[in-house]
Amino acid sequence: MPHTKELEDFVTQVRRDILRQVHKVNSGHPGGSLGCAEFFTALYQEVMDYKSDFDMNGIGEDLFFLSNGHISPVFYSVLARSGFFPVEELNTFRLINSRLQGHPTTHEGLPGIRIASGSLGQGLSVAIGAAEAKKLNKDSHIVYTLHGDGELQEGQNWEAIMYAAGNKIDNLISTVDVNGQQIDGATDQVLPMGNLKAKFEAFGWDVLEVKEGNDITKVIEGLNEAKSRTGKGKPVCILLTTVMGHGVDFMMHTHKWHGVAPNDEQLENALAQNPETLGDY
Amino acid sequence: MKKYTNTGNKDTRSGFGAGLTELGKTKKNVVALCADLTGSLKMDDFKKNHPERFFQIGIAEANMIGIAAGMTIGGKIPFTGTFANFSTGRVYDQIRQSVAYSNKNVKICASHAGVTLGEDGATHQILEDIGLMKMLPGMTVINTCDYNQTKAATLAIAEFEGPVYLRFGRPKVANFTPENGKFEIGKAVNLTEGTDVTIIATGHLVWEALQAAEQLNEKGISAEVINIHTIKPLDKEAILASVKKTGCVVTAEEHNFLGGLGESVSRTLVENFPAPQEFVATKDTFGESGTPEQLMEKYGLNAEAIVKASEKVLKRK
Repeated sequence: MPHTKELEDFVTQVRRDILRQVHKVNSGHPGGSLGCAEFFTALYQEVMDYKSDFDMNGIGEDLFFLSNGHISPVFYSVLARSGFFPVEELNTFRLINSRLQGHPTTHEGLPGIRIASGSLGQGLSVAIGAAEAKKLNKDSHIVYTLHGDGELQEGQNWEAIMYAAGNKIDNLISTVDVNGQQIDGATDQVLPMGNLKAKFEAFGWDVLEVKEGNDITKVIEGLNEAKSRTGKGKPVCILLTTVMGHGVDFMMHTHKWHGVAPNDEQLENALAQNPETLGDY
Repeated sequence: MKKYTNTGNKDTRSGFGAGLTELGKTKKNVVALCADLTGSLKMDDFKKNHPERFFQIGIAEANMIGIAAGMTIGGKIPFTGTFANFSTGRVYDQIRQSVAYSNKNVKICASHAGVTLGEDGATHQILEDIGLMKMLPGMTVINTCDYNQTKAATLAIAEFEGPVYLRFGRPKVANFTPENGKFEIGKAVNLTEGTDVTIIATGHLVWEALQAAEQLNEKGISAEVINIHTIKPLDKEAILASVKKTGCVVTAEEHNFLGGLGESVSRTLVENFPAPQEFVATKDTFGESGTPEQLMEKYGLNAEAIVKASEKVLKRK
């Protein structure tokens, strides 16, 4: 990939945006957001075909649905830096009268958001509906989703996973952020998920694993591979292994930063590990 | 006093089915989703005529609501069909986040509401759904009274932009509103003019209210019957105009008195024109097995109960 450096710079800036957003309001979810910086960057800077003019119906373009809405800081940063709204608006994250609500919503009309999410487990069903609408509209574009691994504990996901395979929703690429952590601790401690690959395959999905979910090149390769598997009668699942808190040494490999913001000193330390690239807002 | 004729008992759910059939022909962006109750919801015709626009979801109501929300993204107008219990209580958070808060143009169509579902008993007889749905910001809540009105409402909500809860039922009941009548969302229908008491009824209780008005008329009591098919937004003007004339009100609904039409009317009155009110509704209880008629009688949801409530409220004026 000729512009890997540019993409890596983008990722680093996104990490700064995440940290600065949650620090300013002393709330929000930095851990999962940091872990998914490469995934969002790959989607919006490389893989997805979308229109710069946001239209809710999204006909003739790829769509993305974030099911685990609490990682809104990474979503907002990437949307802003992809041109959906002014980057300066990241300053309003979680503040009163802001379009950047704690969890993403259509309610305040923020461009780039097509469904509210936050209460977990609902995004896959919505994405399937959008994918069905695309089929009815003879629109060959793809619907992408992201889910937490812990989020798969919500039963509605399995209704949707069953439906998507049973109805050959093959214009859908659902990525699971396998970071092995959730609020109360390691996923294996809270409620072991077992073999996710075998589970999705048993339900009839085409599954690919990307073990290096914090390597932008590997993430793009994985998404492109997934894209090549669409249109073949099966929904496609990417099990994307990431590190929660990636890019900030003291936040990595722990659930402790799932929903906690850094203090001033911690922010300084974290930002020093992610030097400014595209310019802070 | 104006009289209404029952043109023959019909179930309101069949009115929904007939409306959906018509929408299949006239509105290409209408899609229908069902959670394994196609026959009960009278969606068979739509399914047969438009298989590409009919989505069998299976017994997975949460997924159905989410898929419906997603289909609006792409310009579809989804009508979901299942029993009222599974349309609301079972999927409340899905409706709240993916439909209401996200302001999606989903039509949640719910049959077998209330005790008139009958023999299946309380597990299936939801009496809390109006309350659940009216509390959701932006949700329009409609409870139709007969076949013709249910068909008209089904057509009307397809033309309306925004989330709607359409509630109807299982039993064959009197069909008395005009065939192909116009349905105006949020607009009360004054059925009889009266001066002594206002009876505000919704759903299956509207016909009972008309029977009650006739019985009251024979006793020399002049009742004004208002059919409130839209509980939210409530036609406050019609309610206040009538109660200002009669000075008292009876509300009648096949629903818990907590959270139902009656409470919406109460709030309207206390804010504008306080007046005595009696509630014909279930009184914070679950239903049980029985025939619809037996249950309506046992739970005080028939013409006789409305007559008694009217006589009581008159004394409180």
